[in-house]
Amino acid sequence: MSGVTTEMQLMADQVPAGSRVLDLGCGDGALLAHLQQAKGCSGYGVEIADDNVLACARRGVNVVQLNLEEGLALFGDQSFDVVLQLQTLQHLRNTEKMLRETARVGRVGIISFPNFAHWPNRLSVVQGRMPVTRTLPYQWYDTPNIRVGTFADFEVLARRNGLAVLDSFGFHAGRAVRRWPNLRASVAVFKIARG
Amino acid sequence: MGAIGHVTPQTQRFDAPLPLRSGAQLAGYELVYETYGRLNAARSNAVLVCHALNASHHVAGTHAGQDRSEGWWDNLVGPGKPLDTDKFFVIGINNLGSCFGSTGPMHVNSATGRPWGADFPVVTVEDWVDAQARLLDVLGIHTLAAVLGGSLGGMQALSWTLRHPARVGECIAVATAPNLSAQNIAFNEVARRAIITDPDFHGGHFYAHGVVPKRGLRVARMIGHITYLSDDSMEAKFGRSLRNASGAGRGAELAYSTQDIEFQIESYLRYQGDKFSEYFDANTYLLITRALDYFDPASAFGGDLSAAFAAARDKRFTVVSFTTDWRFSPARSREIVKALVDNRIDVSYAEIAAPHGHDAFLLEDPRYHGVLRATFERIARQVNP
Repeated sequence: MSGVTTEMQLMADQVPAGSRVLDLGCGDGALLAHLQQAKGCSGYGVEIADDNVLACARRGVNVVQLNLEEGLALFGDQSFDVVLQLQTLQHLRNTEKMLRETARVGRVGIISFPNFAHWPNRLSVVQGRMPVTRTLPYQWYDTPNIRVGTFADFEVLARRNGLAVLDSFGFHAGRAVRRWPNLRASVAVFKIARG
Repeated sequence: MGAIGHVTPQTQRFDAPLPLRSGAQLAGYELVYETYGRLNAARSNAVLVCHALNASHHVAGTHAGQDRSEGWWDNLVGPGKPLDTDKFFVIGINNLGSCFGSTGPMHVNSATGRPWGADFPVVTVEDWVDAQARLLDVLGIHTLAAVLGGSLGGMQALSWTLRHPARVGECIAVATAPNLSAQNIAFNEVARRAIITDPDFHGGHFYAHGVVPKRGLRVARMIGHITYLSDDSMEAKFGRSLRNASGAGRGAELAYSTQDIEFQIESYLRYQGDKFSEYFDANTYLLITRALDYFDPASAFGGDLSAAFAAARDKRFTVVSFTTDWRFSPARSREIVKALVDNRIDVSYAEIAAPHGHDAFLLEDPRYHGVLRATFERIARQVNP
C-alpha cells in the first residue's frame, strides 16, 4: 500500500475489519484507503489542508474539509465504530473538547501523539535544551505542536474528562511498546471510550 | 488542453404532457440542448450539467459566427479539462420556462394562440429534473455517470439523486443550498417587485404591447449581482473609485449629483443591468426565482433533510462551497453534507477559500478544479474500464 508506514499499519491493526471509521486529521487519506481496501472499512476522513483534501479526492477516499477546532457537529452521537485521531491532538487548541467529541461520535477512539516523556526527551531537557528528535523534529520556536504532553499526562486527562481507557501502549521504532511506555516510547497510543 | 470548437444546439419536441408539481401540466413542449464528447458503447459515460439562473444549455464550446460565444462553463468542460469531453459525453439542457430556446413564456401557448407570458405554468426544480429525464430517455441514456451543477444547477443535481436515484451514479453539487433562506427569498422578492411594478410589465403580457420591462430587469439584475460578489472582491475591484477621476495628481472630483453615476460600482451595476435587460425575459426571471424559492426537499419530511436524502442512499456525492459565498454559504453546504453523513452516504466536501463570493463556482481556481478533476478522473475509471 502506498504511503502506509509501520505506525499506520499498527494503527490499522487496532481497527476491526468492516468498521465504520472517522479519521480526524486524515492527511492524504493513505490510512483510510488502506482500511477500505485491506479491511473492508468505510467512513470519512476530516482534513483542513487543501492539498490533503485534493490528495484524498485523488485516492477516492471520502474527505470532509473542516476545521477540527470547530468541533464535530456534522457527525451524530456514536455514529462510528472507530474514531481515529492520530498525531492530531498536539496541533489542536481545544484539546479537551476534541477528546469529548471523539468519544461522543465514536464507540471507540484511538488517539496517538508524541510522548514528551520518552527518555531522550527527558535527557535533552535535563541538559537544558528542548528535545529535537524524529518524533519531535521541530525547534521550540517553530513547532506546530502547541500541546506537548506525556503518556502519563494523558491518563490523567482521560480520567478528568470521564473517558474510559480501554487500552494504551507506546510506539517506537516500528513496534508497540507495552513495558514502561512513558519512558520507552516516542509515541503514545490510547484507545478510549465514553466512561 | 484543446477546445470543443463550434457546437450546434438541438431541439427535442415532446408531445406527452408533463405533469408539474403544482398540479398543472404542460401539454407539449420543446427542450433545447447541446452535447459534447461521445457517448460510449455501453452508454455509461454521460454527465448532465444543470444550469443556474442566468445560463442555458450552452455549457461549453462556441457558436459558429458568434464572437465570444464560449459556453458558461467552458473553463471546466472540454478536452483535457476537469470534466474531460475526451472521456465523457456531456449534456447541457435548457430548462423549461427559460428564454434561451426551450418552451417558455415567450413561446406561443397553443391553447390560446398567444404568447404564454405570465400564464406560463410555475415550474419547479423537480419539474425540470423530470423533463431532463425524459430527454435522456430520447437520447437512450438510462443512467448518468454523474450529474453536476452549481447554485440553482446544484439544486437540480441534488434533486436528481432524490427523484431518479436509479438513474444517476454520482452527484456533484457546487455552491448550492438545501433550500433558500429568508434572506435569499427576500432578495428574490425585491427583484420580482422591481419587474412586476415596472409600468412596461403589463401583468406579464408586455409582448403584446411591444415593450420590455427593462427598468425592472435592470434593477433585478443589479440586486442579483450584488449577491454574487463578496464584499472583499467588490472592495478590491471597485472600492470607492469614482467614475470621473480627473487627471493624475489632482485627485477626483465629485459631481454632487444624487442621480448621476459617481462611483465605479454604480457604473458597473448599471452596465450589468443594461446588458441583462437586453437579452433576458422578465417572466423567465420571475419563474426561475420562484423555482429557487420553492426548492426544499426536506419539506416533505417535516423539515428533516436527512430523511429526505435516505432516497439517495447508494449514491456518491461531491459537495463544494466557497468561503466568501454569502448567497449560499459553506454552512448551507454543510447541512447537505450532514444529511448525507447521517445516511452513511459516500461524500467528499471541499470548502474552498476563494475570495470571489458566489461567482467563484464559475471561475478557475486550481483547488476547486483540482477536486473536480480528481472526482471525474475517478468516475472515468469506473465507467470506461
